[in-house]
Amino acid sequence: MTESRPVLTMTGISKSFPGVRALQHVDFRLFPGEVHALMGENGAGKSTLIKVLTGVYDTDEGTVTLAGETVSFAGPMQATAAGVSTVYQEVNLCTNLSVAENIFIGREPRRLGAVRWGEVRRRARELLARLELDLDVSAPLGSYSLAVQQMVAIARAIDVRARVLILDEPTSSLDAGEVAQLFRIMRQLRDEGIAILFVTHFLDQVYAVADRITVLRNGQLVGEYPSADLPQLTLVEKMIGKELEVLEDIEEQPRREIATLEEGTPLVGVSKLGRSGAVEPFSLTIHAGEVVGLAGLLGSGRTEVARLLFGADRPDRGEVAVDGRPSGLRTPAQAIGHGIGFCSENRRAEGIVADLSVRENMILAMQAARGWLRPIPRRRQDELVERYVKALQIRPADPEVPVRNLSGGNQQKVLLARWLITEPRLLILDEPTRGIDIGAKTEIQKLVAQLSDGGMAVLFISAELEEVLRLSHKVAVMRDRRMVAQLANDDSLDADRVMQTIASGSPREEAKR
Amino acid sequence: MSSAALTLGRIRSRVPRRQVPVLATLALLLVMYGIGVSQYRAFSNVQVIFNVFIDNGFLLVVAVGMTFVILTGGIDLSVGAVVAMTAMVSASLLQQGLPALLVLVIALLIGPFLGFLMGCAIHFFEIQPFIVTLAGMFFARGMCTFISGSSIPITDGFWTTMSQQRIGDPRGNFVSISVLIAFAVVAIAAWTLAYTRLGRNVYAIGGNPQSALLMGLPVGRTRIAVYTISGLCSAIGGILLSFYTLSGAPLIAVGMELDVIAAVVIGGTVLTGGSGYVFGTMLGVLVLGVIQTLITFDGSLNSWWTKIVIGGLLFAFILLQRLVGIRFK
Repeated sequence: MTESRPVLTMTGISKSFPGVRALQHVDFRLFPGEVHALMGENGAGKSTLIKVLTGVYDTDEGTVTLAGETVSFAGPMQATAAGVSTVYQEVNLCTNLSVAENIFIGREPRRLGAVRWGEVRRRARELLARLELDLDVSAPLGSYSLAVQQMVAIARAIDVRARVLILDEPTSSLDAGEVAQLFRIMRQLRDEGIAILFVTHFLDQVYAVADRITVLRNGQLVGEYPSADLPQLTLVEKMIGKELEVLEDIEEQPRREIATLEEGTPLVGVSKLGRSGAVEPFSLTIHAGEVVGLAGLLGSGRTEVARLLFGADRPDRGEVAVDGRPSGLRTPAQAIGHGIGFCSENRRAEGIVADLSVRENMILAMQAARGWLRPIPRRRQDELVERYVKALQIRPADPEVPVRNLSGGNQQKVLLARWLITEPRLLILDEPTRGIDIGAKTEIQKLVAQLSDGGMAVLFISAELEEVLRLSHKVAVMRDRRMVAQLANDDSLDADRVMQTIASGSPREEAKR
Repeated sequence: MSSAALTLGRIRSRVPRRQVPVLATLALLLVMYGIGVSQYRAFSNVQVIFNVFIDNGFLLVVAVGMTFVILTGGIDLSVGAVVAMTAMVSASLLQQGLPALLVLVIALLIGPFLGFLMGCAIHFFEIQPFIVTLAGMFFARGMCTFISGSSIPITDGFWTTMSQQRIGDPRGNFVSISVLIAFAVVAIAAWTLAYTRLGRNVYAIGGNPQSALLMGLPVGRTRIAVYTISGLCSAIGGILLSFYTLSGAPLIAVGMELDVIAAVVIGGTVLTGGSGYVFGTMLGVLVLGVIQTLITFDGSLNSWWTKIVIGGLLFAFILLQRLVGIRFK
C-alpha cells in the first residue's frame, strides 16, 4: 500500500446524543486505493461516525478534511456531490424502475428537458461492464436478486466520480458466491484508486478484503492497524475489550448424547410437510431439549421450512404431529397454541414493532396467546419484562424506550424475549445472530444452549456453519429447497462435511487423504 | 480476474409485467366494443366513439391529473369538488360581466393553488393525503354553494363557441374542441411522465419513497407538484365541463372523484403507486364511457347498471393487479 496522503481525515470527532456520548475524540483516516474496515460492536459508534462523515449528523467537535480541504456536509446529497458516496445495508433503490434508471435517476443526461433514454442505457451498460456485470439495463431492478441490486447501488454510487465509497454492511444479506463477487468489485475499485470504507460484522470478510482496520469501542478509538498485523483473536479482543472466555464456555459444555435425547415421543414430528414452489416435502423430528440446526445456502429453503412449521405459510401437503398426535397445524395462532414460537430473520419487517416500547414488544406474543380479551396485568408485565431485560442484558435497560432506539443486537434480544416470555416448547430461531456484534452473538448462543438444557426444543437456522455446529445436536441440511440430509452432530461432523453435503447434496465421508 | 462476466441470479423471465394490466384493459375495451357492434347496428358508427370522447373529455383530463397523484402512492378526493368549483367560479364571474379571457385565467389558477396548498399540507405536516384532500373536497364543495345556491347559466360568446364548435370530417363525424384539449393534456402528461425528471421522480416516489429520498431526489417538491398538477387538471376539467353544460351548478360532479379513481385503476395504475401509464388511464376512461354507451343503447336498463358494472370491473382489475404482483414478486 502506498503511504500517500490520506484522501479523508477525521480528527477529534465527538458527538453526543441526550444521555449518550456516541463518539469521543475519534480520529479516522482513509487513503486512496485502500479497503479500510471499520470494526466495533453494536453501539461502538460506527454508524454515528459514518453519519457524521456523510452529513446526516452535525459534529459537536472535530474536523473532517477531504483531499486537504475542511468540509462539513449538510447531508448525504452534498457528500455524494463531493465524492463521498454511501451504499447502505438495505438496498435503497426503486425496484419498480429499470436498472439503468436506478443508476442515473436524479442526474439523467437530458436534452431540452427530456431524458435521453438511449444515452442513459448506453452509459449504464458501460458502467456495469466496468464492474463486469452483465445485466439487461432496461429490465426492472426488482427482477434481479438482492445481490445484484446491491451491486447496482454500488454502480450508482461510483458513477459520481466517487473518491470515497462507504459500504455499510453490504454483505449481510448476500450468500457466499455473491459476497465473492462483491469483493472482486471492491478490489477492482480499490485498484482504480477509490478509498473504500467497509463496515461488517463478519470477521472472515474483513481479512478477505480489508487492507487496514480501525477499531472503535464505546465511542472511542481503540486503534488503527494494518490487517496483516492484527490476528483475528486480537481483533475480537480489541472490539469487546476483554478476553474471549465467553466463547470458550460454550465449547466446553458437554454436549448431551443425541441417542438419549431422541428417546420417546418427539415433541414435534413432521412428516412429508411441503409446499409447492417453496419446499419439497420433508420429515423431521424434534425432541424436547434438542437443538436442531438447519444449514444451507441463502435461498436453499431454510426460512421456508421454518415458516411452514409455524404455519406462517400454508403447507399444501404433509402433517405436523405434536406429542405424537396429529395437530392439524395450519396457522401461526395454532402454532402458538401448541407452544411453538418463531423468531423471524426479518426482524425489521416481520418482528419488531419499532414505535412500541421494549415492554410492549415483549408482551405481544404472550398477549396474543392469551387472547386480547384478557389483558395481562401491568404489574405482571413489568415483572416479566424486568426479568428478561436483566437476563438478556438488554441495553438500555429501560423498558419504556421505543424499540427503534435500540441497536440491532438489542432489538434481536427483545424479539427473543417476546417468545421466551410465552415459554414455548419449541422455539424456531431464524438467523438470530445475523447483523449483530460478536458479544451479543455469544450471549444469544449461550442462551440457546441454556434453554435447551432446560428442556426447550430449538430449531436453529443460521448461515454460519460454526454457529450451527457449536449449538446443534442434529444438523439438517437444505439444498435447492430440499432437505438433503440430517446429520447427528457427533465428533465426526465438522464444517467441511456439512459444506460438502451442501455442495454435493449427499453426506459422503470426505474422500481425500 | 474472471474473464467471463458473471450473470448473477436473474430470477424471473422477461415478462413486461407493468404492461399486463394495460393490455388487459385494452382487451376488455375491444371485447366491449365488439359486443356493442354485434348487438346494435348503429354502434359501429364512428360517431359513437367520438361521442364517448365528447361526453367524457373532462373526465379524461381529471383522470390524467389523478394518475400523477396515484403514481406517487397518494390519492386526491377533491377533484370532483374542484371541477364544480371551477365551473361555478367561471359562471359567476361571467355573469358579473368579466371578460372571458380573464375569467379563464382566474378559473385555471384556483384549482392548482388549492392543490398546491394540499400538497404542502401532505408534505410538511405529514398528514394522510386521504384526509387532506377530503378536507379540500368539503372546502371546494362548500365554496360552490357559497357562490350560489342554484345553477348559473353561461351565455358568454367565447363559451358558447367552444361549446358548439364542431371539428369534423366531411362525412359528418365530429368532435368538440374539448376533446382536442383533452388529447393535448394526455399527450403532454404522457411526455412529462416518460421523459422529464419530474415524471421519473413521480415513479420513483411511488416505488419507494424512502429510497427516493436517500437517492437525493426532491421528494417533497415532487409530492407538492403532483397535487398541484391534479388541481390544474381538475380546473381544466371544470372549464371543459362548463363548456359542455354551459352552466355552473353547485351540485354537479358529485362523486366524480370515485369515477376518476375507478378509471385510473381500471387503466392499470397500481393504487400503491410506482406503476401505470397515462395511456392506460385513457383506456380506463374509454371503458367507463363505452359501458355507459352500451347501457344507453340497450334502453331498457337502468343507468345504475353502469355503476354495478364499474363496481365489478374495478374489483376484477384490483384482483388482477394483485395476481400479477404476486406472481412476479
